[in-house]
Amino acid sequence: MTGEQIIFLLTALFTLGSGVMVVTSRNLIHAALWLVSALFGVAVTYALLDAAFLAVVQVVVYIGAIAILFIFAVMLTRKDMRDQGPQMNTNWWFGALLSVLVFGGLFFLLQGWSGLSRTASPIPPGFDSISELGNALISPDAYVLPFEVASVLLVAALIGAVYVAFNPRSGDTRK
Amino acid sequence: MSFWNDPLKIAADWLMGIFTGWGMPEIAAQILIGFLGVFLLVALLMVLDIFLVWVERKVVARFQDRLGPNRVGPWGLIQPFADIIKLIIKEDTTPGGADKVVYNIAPMLSMMSVLILWAVVPLAPKIIGVDLNIGALYIIAAGAIGTLAIIMAGWSSNNKFALIGAFRQVAVMVSFEIPMLTMLLIPTIFAGSMGFNAIIEAQDIWYVFLAPLAAVIFLIAAIAELGRAPFDMAEGESEIVAGFNIEYSGMKFGMFYAGELLHAFTFGGFMGILFFGGYRFFGLEQVSAFLAVAVIVFKAFIGYWIIMWVKYTLMRIRIDHMLAFNWKFLTPLAFTLLMVTALMNALLAGTSPWIYTSGMFLSNVALGWIALEVARRYSRRERARVEGVVTTSRSTLVG
Repeated sequence: MTGEQIIFLLTALFTLGSGVMVVTSRNLIHAALWLVSALFGVAVTYALLDAAFLAVVQVVVYIGAIAILFIFAVMLTRKDMRDQGPQMNTNWWFGALLSVLVFGGLFFLLQGWSGLSRTASPIPPGFDSISELGNALISPDAYVLPFEVASVLLVAALIGAVYVAFNPRSGDTRK
Repeated sequence: MSFWNDPLKIAADWLMGIFTGWGMPEIAAQILIGFLGVFLLVALLMVLDIFLVWVERKVVARFQDRLGPNRVGPWGLIQPFADIIKLIIKEDTTPGGADKVVYNIAPMLSMMSVLILWAVVPLAPKIIGVDLNIGALYIIAAGAIGTLAIIMAGWSSNNKFALIGAFRQVAVMVSFEIPMLTMLLIPTIFAGSMGFNAIIEAQDIWYVFLAPLAAVIFLIAAIAELGRAPFDMAEGESEIVAGFNIEYSGMKFGMFYAGELLHAFTFGGFMGILFFGGYRFFGLEQVSAFLAVAVIVFKAFIGYWIIMWVKYTLMRIRIDHMLAFNWKFLTPLAFTLLMVTALMNALLAGTSPWIYTSGMFLSNVALGWIALEVARRYSRRERARVEGVVTTSRSTLVG
């Protein structure tokens, strides 16, 4: 077992353990903080895959923006941070069955896959992944259309959020 | 390749010889040397941090026409050690109802978010933790962890003042991240890379001459990110006391305080790296790596001094004014500047450095002038409107 595999296994354990804690911890803020650590584990996985850009963006976007937003929302809306009710509803057995089936199916499928035993080809020296990514995002042969569509969607969401928050009766907020 | 040009590699090779001579496998020796390198960097930073306390107190004293610490040791130099002893022997209190684990993790996370920044700081051409090709984004990611530490501290203290302070501070940090990130893209456009070493290597002309407006906006956003005056929303003695760290005592408070000072110093260093040529100073970095380190530390101190100068000169800004300033003035200006710079970069590509530099400089100055003019017109109109309202209400009162 190489060092990279050991680090990967530890990261995977950390991520999955944090994920379990997100859904089981009764304190909502703790759940949000466990979510942060799960997202951080995913960032470490990206870093292990030599995808430094994705790793950093994962931290900036998910921890720096989305998790902070979650924590804000929880703190500003909930009076009591602890969840009192039962943690499972009556459909728990169906969910468990489904997840076992999905896991079994994936396990069965991936057993015959040759990609698991192959090692990744080394990145050639001088290969600048971030400029490759940047070129791919704006090149017509690659991802320019999805990139633009996502941008338009985000702008639409932004305008929608401003419209929802803006109260026309109060008119100008500068009072 | 001599010791004076690449001391780290020579030292690493020497240690490698010793460790493998002891019968240690090469991979273990490599990991151990890596850990030693990190330990050395962090230890030097923490020692520097101790003296930053002294520097900060001395400088603020001069700004306020006082002497500052001058009793313990020559020029009060031993004062920070006395402070540390005081902090260590203080009672370590935890408020009732606090969330103990989160409460204890927060100061560590706060200090960590500053220390990990130094992984990408190039101290000399060869002395750099890791030359990431996304160095500029890495700063923002580390800042995100700092934001998280503040909100954790504020929430876990079980104190309303702490929570309000944390909310205000986080609102500021999240908002000012946007102009800061945008301004990090301007050296990226000039250098064609986000890696700090590449940005420094490309600075034959300091970027502050190419983009003075970008340097100013970066400085403002950095001060807001640091949470220092005039943007010190977390603290407000008359309203929320010490903000998010009100419940912390002893060394836990010390971690926040030391983290803040080192953070300010680090951002002084980033000012130096991004806009003032980093470790380069008229070829001095070619002579010896140690001179390069001295140059960048000097530049970082100048940046730190400017941040202190601003802090101890200006008064605080109210939070709504500050957020309005960010969202209605700084962010649009930063985006416009980014677009103008990208456009000018495309137009002026291939021209001589003189034309390129003067074109960039003039476009920056012009944009800054237009922005100030727009702000002035707006504030005049606003003032006229408010004063008009006041006079009409007065006349109705009289009538």
